[in-house]
Amino acid sequence: MKFKTFAAFVGPSVFMMLLFIAAPLVSVFIQSFQVTQPILEQVEVETCTPGFLTQTCTTEIKTVPILDENGKMITETQWVGLQSYRNVLQMDKFWAAVGNGSWNQIMQIDFWKALRFTLSFTLLTLPLVIGVGLAIALAVNNATRSIRGPIIFISLLPFIITPVIGSLSIYWLFVGDGILTTMMERWTGTNISMFAQAWTIELLMYFYRVWHVAPFAFVIFYAGLQTVNMDTLESAVIDGASRWERLRHVIVPHLMPLIIFIALIHLMDCYRVFDEIVGFRSQAHVISLQWLTFDFMTPDDAGNRAMSRASASSMLTMIGIVILLILPLRRTWRDHKGSAH
Amino acid sequence: MFLKKIALAGAVSLLGSAALACSYQNEVPVKSLSAGFEAWKAVTDAMAECGNFQAELDQEFRTKQPAAFEANPSLYQIGGVSNGTITPLLNAGTIRPLDDLVEKYGANLKPNQLIRINGQIMAVAMMVNTQHLMYRSDVLADLGIETPTTWDEVYAAAAKIKEAGVMEYPLGATMKSGWNLAQEFVNMHPGHGGKFFNDDNTTAVNSDAGLASLETMQAALEFTDPEVLVSDSTYVQQQFQQGKIAMANLWASRAGAMNDEAESQVVGKVAMAAAPKAVAGGAPATTLWWDGIVIAKNISDEEADAAFRLAMEGLDAETVQGANDAAIWLVDGYQPTDIAEGAIATATANPAPPAYPSTTQMGLLHTALGNELPAFLTGERDAAATLTAIEEAYTTSAKEAGVLK
Repeated sequence: MKFKTFAAFVGPSVFMMLLFIAAPLVSVFIQSFQVTQPILEQVEVETCTPGFLTQTCTTEIKTVPILDENGKMITETQWVGLQSYRNVLQMDKFWAAVGNGSWNQIMQIDFWKALRFTLSFTLLTLPLVIGVGLAIALAVNNATRSIRGPIIFISLLPFIITPVIGSLSIYWLFVGDGILTTMMERWTGTNISMFAQAWTIELLMYFYRVWHVAPFAFVIFYAGLQTVNMDTLESAVIDGASRWERLRHVIVPHLMPLIIFIALIHLMDCYRVFDEIVGFRSQAHVISLQWLTFDFMTPDDAGNRAMSRASASSMLTMIGIVILLILPLRRTWRDHKGSAH
Repeated sequence: MFLKKIALAGAVSLLGSAALACSYQNEVPVKSLSAGFEAWKAVTDAMAECGNFQAELDQEFRTKQPAAFEANPSLYQIGGVSNGTITPLLNAGTIRPLDDLVEKYGANLKPNQLIRINGQIMAVAMMVNTQHLMYRSDVLADLGIETPTTWDEVYAAAAKIKEAGVMEYPLGATMKSGWNLAQEFVNMHPGHGGKFFNDDNTTAVNSDAGLASLETMQAALEFTDPEVLVSDSTYVQQQFQQGKIAMANLWASRAGAMNDEAESQVVGKVAMAAAPKAVAGGAPATTLWWDGIVIAKNISDEEADAAFRLAMEGLDAETVQGANDAAIWLVDGYQPTDIAEGAIATATANPAPPAYPSTTQMGLLHTALGNELPAFLTGERDAAATLTAIEEAYTTSAKEAGVLK
């Protein structure tokens, strides 16, 4: 292809990527080393607020930002080095807890608590999604042609649901007076509270994520199964390979690139787990790294946002994803180089 | 009835002409952004009757408002605020003083309604709100329990109800982790005589009063649903309506829903009393709130004039009489009924509970409380360590916000 044609095709998307991915990333990176504060002054303010019948007026010293002549807040930006990272990671507390050998104390530090959940969520759901996806794909592939269509349609449904809506529905089904909880309570005769302790909430989250993402793995694997070399399969049958052996030695190796692909996508998606936390209202028990960033960014009633810590926390999330992706990416790279020769 | 009203208001704002119950015809386009609860619906519906008015009712208003009002021209002329959410607007200077407008159009306003900051009128309040005790009068009467006035009495009553086997979890609480849970502490702490801040902006919650507040909050867990850390005001309201709980310290703005026959199974059975005290002889352990309107600064004087005139039309006696039980109105023409008793008893108590202390620091502390309290209530951390964690979290964010050096 001529370079000009190539550039004309690729140019727009490169431009978009620079504008919408690279530029914000650089900006967040810079902000994570800066703190922007309004310049504050202490003034005496008399505030009169209503009671039911009469007003109460209080005079107090309030810390308020100084406004310039245009009525805008005057802010100053300082370079603070790694301070925001230190505030997020709280390494001093972390090492103190490690020194005490107390797992519980480490889990009191927001970042480490979030990291623990995010990692176990990502790594535990990964084999489940691949396993369940593959199982459905094999089942559908072996089903009679006439019912394949409906089965594919039904198994794809969970994937179509908007994640927030999906997690909210699970929450409503299992909360104290939810339909499923009430049913389980009737069967077992005991009071069940799924959202009262961390482990039941986590179980529901794993279940929900696998239920939601397995169809994606299924579709990819099902497509892959259509390209399995029939001759190899047949010769395996003639050689007396059992069903399991055929799966282990013929089908899985054939699907390996797809498995790696699913793993990559899943690791990237899961490390940014967020919908489950909000949908299940699990902040008291379980938080994730992405939720932590969100929490830093959410303004409180007085309008404060911890933008510097939010930036630092999102940079840390990105570093985490990169570390997780190194392994599968290295493998793809090796395969890629191998096939080139 | 209600649907009809909405349909009517919708039709009117669509036509933008035929003024029905409005005394004049509004010619200047006006928009408002406020919270979405019942009282705001009533007020904005009344404003819409004058035409050329568009209301946005959004529970996320607090995150939108500061940015929307900072735009020039401001995206909304009228803002609905509470004493908790007016702070960022005041700090950024994006709302205008209303003295001249009040003089021109505010003949019907009571002095009590005018929110003055350093003498200037910055907002006009329409209602007060507070968390107070709601209880099932029938359940308490059956067991011969007097209306509790302190938290100890509330817990004693809850123990009796539980013992009698009437309800398994007699107590409801707005303890959803985050803002709601923090608010519970903000209610309790002054009730125990605590201060939130020292003069140098450091926090003072790590104190005996703080410990006592935590203890009182923890005592509730014995009588609340195990999932209390996900329960917000709406959830507690539903627990009441379904007859699952007998007592809760809940917002006055939720009282009307108890007698809503379409939703509630306990119509007429829920009574209101002053918020329970943390210590006998103290102030009710709650904070006072008001909701009201502000007018944006970054708009023309003509628009501000039209917006304020429209707001006054929305805040008139007619509106209030049409939605008497939707709020504890401050507007003339309000007739307090049974369901307002608790709020009025709370607001007029002696010593009176404080107004919610809305400041930049309080915003930071509120967030720190909301994030650190859950670990205490789940039992992962003891009270002293929790208060230290709150102090540290506040100090970190206060330094980042420039409040502490």
